[in-house]
Amino acid sequence: PALGLFLFTIARDPLRIIILIAGAFFWLVSLLLSSLIWFIAIKASNPQDELLQKGLLIFGVMFSVLLQEAFRFLYYKLLRKAIEGLVALSEDSCSPISIQQMAYVAGVGFGLMSGAFSTINLLADALGPGTVGIHGDSQLYFLTSAFMTMVMIFLHTFWAILFFHGCEHQRWWEITAVVVMHLAVSGLTFCNPLYIGSLVPSYLLMATAATWAYLLSGGSAQNLRRFLLCK
Amino acid sequence: MITFMNNSDSEEEPCNERTSLMSAESPPVPSYQDGLQASEAGEAQAHRKRRTGSSRSPNNIADGDMSESGVPVRESTLENEEEELTLKYGAKHVIMLFVPVTLCMIVVVATIKSVRFYTEKNGQLIYTPFTEDTPSVGQRLLNSVLNTIIMISVIVVMTVFLVLLYKYRCYKFIHGWLILSSLMLLFLFTYIYLGEVLKTYNVAMDYPTLFLVIWNFGAVGMICIHWKGPLQLQQAYLIMISALMALVFIKYLPEWSAWVILGAISIYDLMAVLCPKGPLRMLVETAQERNEPIFPALIYSSAMMWTVGMAKPDTTARGPSQQTWDAAEDGRENHRSPSHADSRMSETRSPVPTRPISSFEELEEEERGVKLGLGDFIFYSVLVGKAAATASGDWNTTLACFVAILIGLCLTLLLLAVFKKALPALPISITFGLVFYFSTDNLVRPFMDTLASHQLYI
Repeated sequence: PALGLFLFTIARDPLRIIILIAGAFFWLVSLLLSSLIWFIAIKASNPQDELLQKGLLIFGVMFSVLLQEAFRFLYYKLLRKAIEGLVALSEDSCSPISIQQMAYVAGVGFGLMSGAFSTINLLADALGPGTVGIHGDSQLYFLTSAFMTMVMIFLHTFWAILFFHGCEHQRWWEITAVVVMHLAVSGLTFCNPLYIGSLVPSYLLMATAATWAYLLSGGSAQNLRRFLLCK
Repeated sequence: MITFMNNSDSEEEPCNERTSLMSAESPPVPSYQDGLQASEAGEAQAHRKRRTGSSRSPNNIADGDMSESGVPVRESTLENEEEELTLKYGAKHVIMLFVPVTLCMIVVVATIKSVRFYTEKNGQLIYTPFTEDTPSVGQRLLNSVLNTIIMISVIVVMTVFLVLLYKYRCYKFIHGWLILSSLMLLFLFTYIYLGEVLKTYNVAMDYPTLFLVIWNFGAVGMICIHWKGPLQLQQAYLIMISALMALVFIKYLPEWSAWVILGAISIYDLMAVLCPKGPLRMLVETAQERNEPIFPALIYSSAMMWTVGMAKPDTTARGPSQQTWDAAEDGRENHRSPSHADSRMSETRSPVPTRPISSFEELEEEERGVKLGLGDFIFYSVLVGKAAATASGDWNTTLACFVAILIGLCLTLLLLAVFKKALPALPISITFGLVFYFSTDNLVRPFMDTLASHQLYI
């Protein structure tokens, strides 16, 4: 689905592609920094202590989430500056791309990169021979990973829209809501072999974020009905 | 010259054909980004590219030519408009370059991942005589540094030689050299590549068919690159020879040497293009002075010129659309790519939708494309290919390097739009790529692996 999003909405406009790649880059940098911190923590700690390792992992995940949000904010700042530049350059003093579109594209960029990093190794291994869950792990590993990745990509997209909207209108509670949601989703994945616990709430959260973002972008129930009926 | 050396090498050492072929690497032509260079720069670049092109693509060459010549003439007349248009079309140009670079990288990565041949160590080039199979780390480091010094000096010598040839107008020699290089590249390397691919997929192929296929491929390639041909076909051929060259590099450069060479090449590129006495810069300036077209086969151009290799230095007296080579080059060509100077774009772009300002300059600007040196393509692909081949993991590193290179390219194009002169395309991208490769391989990978094993998501 994310690829479909990309093809239909982004691939046409070169500016969007650049924003997408830049978004992916920012996510990558945040990942880099967070893994640096985690790595240092791991090296500095006792490798034998299981509980400590797990704790450090949790800490690493949370820290990474916070860093991702921080980078989203930085990216927002950069895009604001870019919009001003584009407006100054364009002939009719109107930016060729609005901040909401940028938010959408940035979200897709973040999401794609996050999804790609989570999944690509799985996919490569999936091409090879093997049995899923042979050591007593869940047999649904690939399937749930796929769904989880999709949820994450969509969530990133919606979060970016919400986040940018919050920054635009100075509504700090929106921003904190996004951060809390992100933390919640990542936290939910901790109970992962128990897939009910992680997938279902994630999807619920995604639905919430989706409707919220939709409403913020100017949609409404009427629009939706018109769209569905016309088609 | 290097081309010639290569050929003779191959004759002398028939047994180890590959090694001898490999050794015939020509020094890469630095790719340069020229937005505004006249075509002559391109030609000069092309020559350089040829040299390197056959064995290695010059990375940064093209830049020099492009930006400088056209700039002074044009700037005075249309400065503001140009600037706006440049930046406005900036995004489009960036994408025009993203696509080929991405394609080249995809081809290289796909080959590396599937064909075993290119990751087997089977000898080294004579340009990198020191082996890396040494017992101690220090020795290995020393060897790789020595290898790099040798390689870079070969490149410098070749570039200076090309510049001298160009200065003294030995065009026939340069042309011949370039033709020989591209011949070798098109036929020999393709043959090897096809052979390996067929072996991997266990497809039987008889010699007559193979001969026919390679002959057609090579002949059409020669015509497209050195003469006229459809733009897309030419671009496809350039991408393919860049990929082949990159594959050769990946196979025959030992590990640490490859990374050190990549770093050193970016520094060299930076110096060669920006220093006043740098060879590339001199080449570009000479080409501009003489108002000569750029050599084909060394530069990738996203906008085609109407006339092959005919630079029209005269930026002011432009007729509508067709002969926009110069205009394109002078004007907005942000990238310098020592690629073909042919621009067919003007031709194809003539039925351009009417714009508010319908001056011919406008048309020219529209038709301008960006040029990127083939050497740039090659080294980007070498970086990504090496990441794919040797990263102990995986696709994450390859993806990270890919994104890093694209971002570096974006930034370089941005700088090009700001500075409007030939710029080296390598340093920023390669730096980003190297940083991301090493950090992803060592830092991110354990993190992601641990996350994936617990199925956690961040």
